[in-house]
Amino acid sequence: MKPTISSSRGIMKWGIALTVLGLVAMVGIYLLALAYTPLEVRQGAAQKIFYVHVPAAWSAMVAFTLVGLVSILYLWLRDERLDAFAASSAEVGLVFSVIMLTTGPIWGKPIWGTWWTWDARLTLTLILFLLFVGYMTLRSAVHDPAERARFAAVVGIMGMVLVPFIHLSVYLFRTLHPMPIVLKPSSPSLPPEMLRTLLLGFLAATVLYVGFVVLRYGLARHAMAQLDEEA
Amino acid sequence: MNSWLRVAAAVAGKDIVIEVRSKTAILSAVVFAALVLIIFNFARDASLVSSSVLAPSVLWITFAFAGMIALNRGFNLEKENAALEGLLLAPVSRSAIYVGKLISNLAFVGMVEAVALPLFVLFFNVPVWGILTGLIGLIVLATIGFVAVGTLFSAMTVRTRFAELMLPMLLLPFMVPPLIGAVQTTTRMFAGRPLSEMIGWLRILALYDVVFITLCVLIFPAVVDE
Repeated sequence: MKPTISSSRGIMKWGIALTVLGLVAMVGIYLLALAYTPLEVRQGAAQKIFYVHVPAAWSAMVAFTLVGLVSILYLWLRDERLDAFAASSAEVGLVFSVIMLTTGPIWGKPIWGTWWTWDARLTLTLILFLLFVGYMTLRSAVHDPAERARFAAVVGIMGMVLVPFIHLSVYLFRTLHPMPIVLKPSSPSLPPEMLRTLLLGFLAATVLYVGFVVLRYGLARHAMAQLDEEA
Repeated sequence: MNSWLRVAAAVAGKDIVIEVRSKTAILSAVVFAALVLIIFNFARDASLVSSSVLAPSVLWITFAFAGMIALNRGFNLEKENAALEGLLLAPVSRSAIYVGKLISNLAFVGMVEAVALPLFVLFFNVPVWGILTGLIGLIVLATIGFVAVGTLFSAMTVRTRFAELMLPMLLLPFMVPPLIGAVQTTTRMFAGRPLSEMIGWLRILALYDVVFITLCVLIFPAVVDE
């Protein structure tokens, strides 16, 4: 389906609406974290960053996983819309990675006593972040749209297969990161206020992710439509 | 199958003949490896860090960087006179072309490593005689993995702007698992540890090779087909 200026404008409007909704929800999470959740006994106020850090990490992982899956679909179906989605998701994933990689050290300094440590999960996310910077750089270095889409899809798929290998090899270095506290076999070990706020945080980050991606996708379609009109 | 192997051998053979005749790329990669080793020697304080502590990292970083230089060359050969288009017009399977390129790249990186290893032993005074077979086996195992990925990526990056920068940027994340495994195993080898302490890493390296060679063979047509 060829994109038109008006259809891409429609997509962008949805994107803007969802982004605004996500941002408002984010503000809500900040307020809940400050006013509603109890103070953690040992970590104190520093723990509050958890309500932003963990949802941001979640959105980043969702974003990168979708890039990998959509890349497989692209090589199969060769639909340019899939490529536009993969590019949007990768870009938004980078934004959430930056949030994760900046909020993490801010928490780590008072709690671990260090900004950075070569822990398994930190190393994995940093490498993943750099991999997707490479992915975006590759996109910008290829001129032909079809070739760009194929190359990007190849890197997306290769990256998805790489993740378990990096995880395995860096995990054999001892890990310092807090263990999972929500998604684990026994019930979550969190006070209900903290759990509710965190779950809402996941929701807010997901809405924000969807909003950003739809907006970015609409922009990509808009650019394509403009190129078509000029041609 | 037989013709598939012949195509792969022909592609590899052609690359190796070009390299043997020109010798420019191999010479520059070997000199580069020697220079990295020399620079490493001055990058440590000999009175604080003994060479045996640093040796495994030095060996593998040298191999990784020299390998990268070598890999940049693989598909660069095909750019001139649109040689790749000619190769693709031939009625042969894409996977055979990839495997041929992989073999020639392995031969090439292997040659660089074969020169760099004695230099490393000489400069860093590491006793390797007792563990030489094991060490060579490890080098083969780790090199196959990153050269397989590098061969695929170099087929893409030669067709981009700033190709020489693009390849390391994409390939280095993929070098992390093989390099960690190789350095960990080399350290244990130098310390004379038993095989049981290395087998886990060796399994990861072998798995990496199998998974990525398979994936690269499957995905290579998407890189070259218009």
